[in-house]
Amino acid sequence: MVHAAVPHSKPVPISIPVRDLVPWAVFAGVLALILIYFVGAEQGATSLISGNYVHEFVHDGRHLLGFPCH
Amino acid sequence: MVRNLLVRGMLAGLAAAVLALVFAYIFGEPQVGAAISLEETMGHAAEAAVASAEPEPVSRGVQSTVGLATAIGLYGVAVGGVFALVFAFVYGRLGTFGARGTAALVAVGAFVTVELVPFLKYPANPPAVGDPETIGRRSALYFAIVAISVLLAVAAVYVGRRLASRHGNWNATLLAGAGLLAAVVVVSLLMPAIDEVPAGFPAALLWRFRLASIGTQAVLWGGIGLLFGALADRALAPHRRPVSTAVA
Repeated sequence: MVHAAVPHSKPVPISIPVRDLVPWAVFAGVLALILIYFVGAEQGATSLISGNYVHEFVHDGRHLLGFPCH
Repeated sequence: MVRNLLVRGMLAGLAAAVLALVFAYIFGEPQVGAAISLEETMGHAAEAAVASAEPEPVSRGVQSTVGLATAIGLYGVAVGGVFALVFAFVYGRLGTFGARGTAALVAVGAFVTVELVPFLKYPANPPAVGDPETIGRRSALYFAIVAISVLLAVAAVYVGRRLASRHGNWNATLLAGAGLLAAVVVVSLLMPAIDEVPAGFPAALLWRFRLASIGTQAVLWGGIGLLFGALADRALAPHRRPVSTAVA
């Protein structure tokens, strides 16, 4: 007996529904932007925390990742 | 599934950040160190005097090791997470590319739009290059070109998908790519130039620093694309349905 559904061809990727994606995208997107802000810009052009400790700590990474540093 | 992919994206980002850190430490740190010692001897004499009067909050030894690792690590995790979410949207919507192919395409696209295009207009600068007075304007222009570049790339992908039904995938991709290139060139020409390299700053040092910077980013994005592709391929394996030739 021959099965009609023998997998011969490449599997087809199934997309993930957008409504499953949106809550994660909003939450993780905001967190990621905050992280990137602290690595890339805090205590440079704008300052949320006074002083320059954050700037000095991530200084080398900020230069080498290509962000304007000072 | 999204949660699973997000975790794998952050892990891939962290692992790629380790690779990028090794690259940055070997090829980037010598240039940063050389630029800082130049900064102290030439140019910013007044600024150097102020800086030496204040105690340094973070020593060079910490900046070039723990500080560098923290910066690249956090950046890698953040970028890896966003990468996973973009992948989750693109997967299954961009032709029949599998998980690894989709991850590689998204990585190349992200590297070009988030890093390469902004870098070509506003390249990375070592210490001693750049007037501290203009940091606000330079930061605004840099983040603006990143945002514009991302928007243009998203628009190009959308247009390319729309053209595909009429012109086929290959020609549609070429058309959308040519349109994107033209738009990026026009934006780069319209945005103001920044040239704050002090006279007498060694050209070779600037070149090596910028190569190290773009190389660090290439290692990071390449690592994320390939590592995440392998991880996502496993996560998505049970979600692919086999299609028989009879149905297809």
